[in-house]
Amino acid sequence: MSAANPPSTRTSTHTDCLLRPGNTNCGGCGMSTGLTMLGRALADEDYSLVIPACCGIVTAGAFPTTSYTVPVVASTFASSPAVASGVAAVNELNAKPDEKPKHVICWAGDGGTYDIGIATLSAAAERNENLIYICYDNEIYGNTGGQRSSATPAAAKTTTTPGGKGERKKEIIEIMAAHRIPYAATLSIAHPEDFQDKIHKALNIRGFRFFLVHAPCPTGWKTEPAESIELVSLAVRSGVFPLYEVFDGIDYHINADPDDTDPGEYFGMQKRFSGQDFDLLSVTRNIHERLDRLRRLSGISVDRISEL
Amino acid sequence: MSLAGEANRGARGAVCGIYPITPQTEIVEFVARFPFTKGRVIPVESEHSAMAVCIGAALNGARTFTASSSNGLAYMAENVMVAAFYRLPIVMAAVNRTLGPPWNIWADQGDSLMFRDFAWIQLYCDTNQDVADSAMLAFRIAEDPRVLLPVMVCMDAFIVSHTSMEIELATQDQADRFLPLCDVPHHLDLEHPVTIGGMSFPQETLTHRLELDEAMRRVPAVMEEHRVTFREVFGREVAGDLEAYRTEDADRIFIASGSISITLKDVVDEWREKGEKVGMIRIKLFRPFPGERLRDLCGNVEKIGVLDRNYSAGTGGIFWQEIRAVLQGQGDRLVQGYLTGVGGGDVVPETVREVVRDLSQRSKAAAPIWKGIDQ
Repeated sequence: MSAANPPSTRTSTHTDCLLRPGNTNCGGCGMSTGLTMLGRALADEDYSLVIPACCGIVTAGAFPTTSYTVPVVASTFASSPAVASGVAAVNELNAKPDEKPKHVICWAGDGGTYDIGIATLSAAAERNENLIYICYDNEIYGNTGGQRSSATPAAAKTTTTPGGKGERKKEIIEIMAAHRIPYAATLSIAHPEDFQDKIHKALNIRGFRFFLVHAPCPTGWKTEPAESIELVSLAVRSGVFPLYEVFDGIDYHINADPDDTDPGEYFGMQKRFSGQDFDLLSVTRNIHERLDRLRRLSGISVDRISEL
Repeated sequence: MSLAGEANRGARGAVCGIYPITPQTEIVEFVARFPFTKGRVIPVESEHSAMAVCIGAALNGARTFTASSSNGLAYMAENVMVAAFYRLPIVMAAVNRTLGPPWNIWADQGDSLMFRDFAWIQLYCDTNQDVADSAMLAFRIAEDPRVLLPVMVCMDAFIVSHTSMEIELATQDQADRFLPLCDVPHHLDLEHPVTIGGMSFPQETLTHRLELDEAMRRVPAVMEEHRVTFREVFGREVAGDLEAYRTEDADRIFIASGSISITLKDVVDEWREKGEKVGMIRIKLFRPFPGERLRDLCGNVEKIGVLDRNYSAGTGGIFWQEIRAVLQGQGDRLVQGYLTGVGGGDVVPETVREVVRDLSQRSKAAAPIWKGIDQ
């Protein structure tokens, strides 16, 4: 039992980010940068994290130390939105009448989001639980050494798709938007202002809020750690990972319209897309189709249907 | 359970993750209708998430409970384990139903017994009154700072879950007096941020397991203490770890759990009227297993028959195995296992009489004997 009112061990989030230095994450890890940006965006907020089995919980380090400066609950792989629902319920029951309940944020990888956790995620979104769910998407099972997930894009080589994945990436934002949740958006660690603005926007919305962060994994993507930011920047510009947001599941806004950057630049920097059988033309066509659809959903008239 | 949840309105409130499965559904339906002053019932998409909701809410300091059965418990398993390893005082009603396939909704304890090594306290109830009272007692034991472990309150499908008897129900005032406000000492605290459930190396994990073991071992004494308080508040007895019946001068003892013990009690009375020295013990507390007290109650009795409504394929009844283990080295006695009502068959008085007759005539133990099989 703890003594009555022990002194606070809280660190100021203004001076010390959410993620302390000295953690053991890989160089160029997009998730780590995402956590740092999240910490900065939430510097003035009271919140807890719920993290399922993924690199995000390994990030904490070994008991009894932790790299996180806020309370963290590790959940089982598929359970973070359900555990967070329980945490959020108690926060709401105990919020003072003139105060907003304290925030609860799920921080989960694509395996926990697109695959094993999708039923739990869908149910929490359908109940419109008052929580923020952030998926850092490294497009593989990174923690187990880089196997395919349903977030792995077509043609990417993983340890379980050695010849390149034959299927497309699941459209998770559209799946979440179909739940008509109040807010869903993509985030890029190459666009820190947009990242921060959207998190702040979400803080003032009640209900289920969903974010997707494009998170390079140099180990799994076979990329140079120093090029992670350049990679995600290219992904935004070329339309591979467009920055957009969806209000109430129907109102789409593109936040940074892709320019004419060739997706080939993005793919060319990653060994997971190397090999003679990589069909850049077909991959690029898919990207343009997705982009055209997104533009139509955003009310932008599409006059550049792919001519490839 | 709802009265217990309501009794925590002065603290962090009550939260319940719920999901239906026959024959447990009526429990969660009742909970969903209960007008909590400070509580929330969250109807989730699976048993796995029902327990996950309880885990999150308990870690945030609320009183938490749920219910499940059979394949629902199997689906929930991963989070059932987490609840104990996180030392969360969650109470779960487990309605013992045969695991499928083939699909079968009748009574069998194989479902809750798959958690025997999950560090949950398990109470096996015999009547509706025992279920209601044990649920109340369960919160008091689970939340005791010397214990802090989840509790499963088990009852036989339909035989107990869907039959009615006149019982004395707790009032809200009694629940308020019996249950102190729930305090989960390691609940999330923004001023003292920690990471709960990150990585741990073998040495630290070993310490964690030892602490679980120590907490488990404190349960029987803590349970006795709270039974006294229960009597003071409710004015009636709630059964403790083991219930002995006419064992004092017995030369044959029969051991059972759940609703079979009610039938067994009647059969013991019948045989006593014939002058036969038979007695019985009902096992209510299965985890931790009250081995020492069982040894004392069995004394030097040479013939013991164990009636199991569960089995471990190729081995025998699970209670029988535990009993043999605790009586090991206690002289050369006969401990015979009987598999009664496995798969939900009715265990009628004649079935029990056959068991009593068999043990009475038996001079050597055999492999567990299956009852109810048409020869």
